[in-house]
Amino acid sequence: MKVKTKFFAAIKDIIGTPEVELELPDGITAGDLFQRYCQQHTPLSRYANNTMISVNLEFVPPETRLHEGDEIAFIPPVSGGY
Amino acid sequence: MIDIIDTDIALEPLVQDVRKNSNGAVVTFLGVVRGFSRGRNVLFLEYEAYREMAVRKMQQVADEVREKWTIDDIAMVHRVGHLEVGERSVAIAVGAPHRKAAFEACEYAIDRLKEIVPIWKKEVWEGGEAWIDDRP
Repeated sequence: MKVKTKFFAAIKDIIGTPEVELELPDGITAGDLFQRYCQQHTPLSRYANNTMISVNLEFVPPETRLHEGDEIAFIPPVSGGY
Repeated sequence: MIDIIDTDIALEPLVQDVRKNSNGAVVTFLGVVRGFSRGRNVLFLEYEAYREMAVRKMQQVADEVREKWTIDDIAMVHRVGHLEVGERSVAIAVGAPHRKAAFEACEYAIDRLKEIVPIWKKEVWEGGEAWIDDRP
């Protein structure tokens, strides 16, 4: 299945790109995908405990299964406001 | 009115948005870039948003306010991009029949915005920069 993954702020700096389209095996979860990125980009592990995951613009638990066409984002702790 | 914008925030349009004959109180909040943070002189800030989701989460904050205080009149605008010290980064206006609920709802809205809306701030100071990603 094909999905789109978006990266922001500190995580975007680590991955080096704002957005990636990729082919994934069926049955993979949002948390699995984050783990894959942690293995490829070890500095990302620093965010393993405080990063939230969104699928199609809503926060989801890591065990959420991904589907064709999903838009996933890894959300490091937010700091909007002032 | 709920929006993410790239230019200076004018407060008056938010006030107009929540003014109506049944509202005797309009409370506004303005967030402004501080020139001093974590023991350093800040040169400027960069704000980044996951725009589609940020708007949706700001809408959620408005829905929570509606549920808790029966207040329908809330306007929220966040600016992103390059902001100089003293510039406005976020503005909120709440209109309600009486001031107590308006004050409470406005405080709740900025607190929740800082918790759940996917917007990030990078501080740039002399000799360095960092995404602010620790929850205070």
